[in-house]
Amino acid sequence: MAFTPPKETNTGKVYSVTIGSGDAAVTIGGENVLPFHGFEGVVPNKPAIAFDVLDTAPVDWPDTVREVYAGVSDDPVKWAKHCVENLNAKAVALRLSSTHPDNGNRSAAEAAETVKRVLDAVSVPLIILGSNHAEKDADVLVKVAEVAKGRNCLIGKAQEANYKTVAAAAMAHGHMLVAMSELDINLSKQLNIMITQLGFNKEKVIIDPMCSALGYGLEYTYTVMERIRLAALTQNDATMQQPILGDVGMYVWKIKEVSASEEILPAWGAMKERGIGWEAQTAAALLMAGAELLIMRHPEAVAAVDAFINELM
Amino acid sequence: MALTGVEIFKMLPKTNCKKCGFPTCLAFAMQLAQRKVSLDACPDVSEDAKQKLGDASAPPIRPITIGAGARAVKVGEETVMFRHEKKFVNPSILALAIKDTDSGDVMAAKINDCLVSEIDRVGQKLKIDALCLINESNDAGKFEALAKAAAEKAPAVAVILCTENVDAAKAAIAHFSGKKPLLYGATEANAEEMAKLAKSSGASLGIKAVGLDALSTLSDKIKGFGVEDIVLDSGAKTAKDMIEHNTYIRRAALKKGNKSLGYPVINVAVRDNNMLETLIAGLGIGKYAAIVVLSSAQKWKNLVMFTLRQNIYTDPQVPMQVEQKVYEIGNPKAESPLMITTNFSLTYFIVAGEVENSKVPAWLAIMDCEGLSVLTAWAAGKFTAAKIAAFIKESGIEGKIANKELIIPGYVAILSGALEEKLEGWKITVGPREANALPSYLKSRTA
Ligand code: SF4
Repeated sequence: MAFTPPKETNTGKVYSVTIGSGDAAVTIGGENVLPFHGFEGVVPNKPAIAFDVLDTAPVDWPDTVREVYAGVSDDPVKWAKHCVENLNAKAVALRLSSTHPDNGNRSAAEAAETVKRVLDAVSVPLIILGSNHAEKDADVLVKVAEVAKGRNCLIGKAQEANYKTVAAAAMAHGHMLVAMSELDINLSKQLNIMITQLGFNKEKVIIDPMCSALGYGLEYTYTVMERIRLAALTQNDATMQQPILGDVGMYVWKIKEVSASEEILPAWGAMKERGIGWEAQTAAALLMAGAELLIMRHPEAVAAVDAFINELM
Repeated sequence: MALTGVEIFKMLPKTNCKKCGFPTCLAFAMQLAQRKVSLDACPDVSEDAKQKLGDASAPPIRPITIGAGARAVKVGEETVMFRHEKKFVNPSILALAIKDTDSGDVMAAKINDCLVSEIDRVGQKLKIDALCLINESNDAGKFEALAKAAAEKAPAVAVILCTENVDAAKAAIAHFSGKKPLLYGATEANAEEMAKLAKSSGASLGIKAVGLDALSTLSDKIKGFGVEDIVLDSGAKTAKDMIEHNTYIRRAALKKGNKSLGYPVINVAVRDNNMLETLIAGLGIGKYAAIVVLSSAQKWKNLVMFTLRQNIYTDPQVPMQVEQKVYEIGNPKAESPLMITTNFSLTYFIVAGEVENSKVPAWLAIMDCEGLSVLTAWAAGKFTAAKIAAFIKESGIEGKIANKELIIPGYVAILSGALEEKLEGWKITVGPREANALPSYLKSRTA
């Protein structure tokens, strides 16, 4: 008997969103089917990967990934340019980690200066992230949004504790917003609703349901992403139709599996490949679950994920 | 034609004896109608009913066991498309390919890689499950030599024999009598002979066709020859084919009751680029491959794949918990700090990871709160001063540390007063609210 493919079409669709400005702008989302299901619907854009750049030289990154940026990590401008010019980065995520009260406590004005310099140096889309300190971020991101005006950056992360201030700043200066909640589809939905109730354009939000590394709760992030995507597509839930962010690198490059040497743990094998593989697999799994935008650190992990995406599209 | 729950119910014993794990025969019948359980779960069903229930009683994706003894592995029996609906049942088999054109050293090294692949991760033993012997030479003698070597050096390991050459298959399969290998290579051209061989040697049969139409036809034909244990290869060459074919096959079996494709799927993940191969294997694990064939099994790569498989196949409905005890992180000494949190596995992993990250050795007391996170456990009355005090006293940690100081999560700062009352002689310190603040917190304490 001939086989009839059991196609499933959906009423809902993920918003197609463009980050950045000019020729280097990147568009993600727009699909009306599950990830990489081009065989039963439309998948117009590839997921995008941004390179993680810190505003201060990382002290706690394992050698495998720290060495890659040894010559440039003392200056975010050099670092960002290196990613774009030598590593072919399509986007850069500038993480203002030194603004954290426990990590230098740099002022909002200093952070804004850094952002300005990086924006002048690279034309690819910029994701601008605070230090994940809700209060300080509110302060920093307001200033930063102002100097980045006109570049359609993605700024964040807006969370329950600071979303009003951060969203207002993004809105006032024409940026997009990362909305982060903690591993729960309902919290994510609720935050999206609260943000849009402020008058923020729902098609300028990116959902960050909180990342986890392979082996450290990845299954939670994976399933929350899958459920968000299913709600967007099969239930046509307009509050869940934004593209999803996987902030992969920072969750991966701090666990034991990427930093314990083979001498200490012979059963785990080569440390360098293990670290790169860990980041690449965490990212690839989240793509399968629904992420359209990834922030990653190791160029070889990015290359592997790029190859993976190309084979899937 | 599928039967309704009530139709099935009429054929059950109606004793409500609960041996099937359901409270009533009717409840069991409803599950059967949705193909969520197998009729085998009812020990008292009559032979007559078994016959009549026929197809309706069979799981939508047939279970297949490869290998025999302690290292036998089972695949199939999946019931859902997404892991939040219900637990994925039988974890994908990872099979290491060895070609009969490989040198003797390479063959020996790969067999060894498989044999030493077992690692323990959060209490589970994980390993490369099978060897996939490939008749690259198309020569029966060479294939038999490889089969013989594998059977001798790895007698307990489940084996997949990959060849379309019937003579080579016959020669190799003789070395695995009683061991239920998977004979992987039935095609339109050799279907009848391969089916015969599989039947006579107690093997399951892997069938290959290009595309799902041809695969359905071949599957029906093989079944017509009396083979029941079938594994499907749709000829997926790229990740794009894999996700399309695997999704359609799983959907057809689960949602359309398609019997021709109601079998486990095998995918070949072999790629020139090893990192990409790892990710393709990951795609198979997440997206419906029952067996994934690999070209190599380095330890780092195994750890990545095993961990993903473990993550994807955990039960999403059981809150993941870790054992209640005081964990030692980085060889703590008597002066090292003591912290407490709940036994929600994610909480544990994140907190333990951050403490590890701080490089400050510490004692981490993990208290059984039925797998709830700190705030939820506190709200539910499971993470209270009285309970924490009782746990700390029983844990015996007092005898191991120099200063009686307990660091509690910032979110439950409110408990510190009550705790100081309940834990006499102890100092209660309020730590950070979020785990990511732990490294700087711990470092500043020791500075
Ligand atoms: S085991 Fe059989 S007889 Fe007993 S309750 Fe279940 S279905 Fe009914």
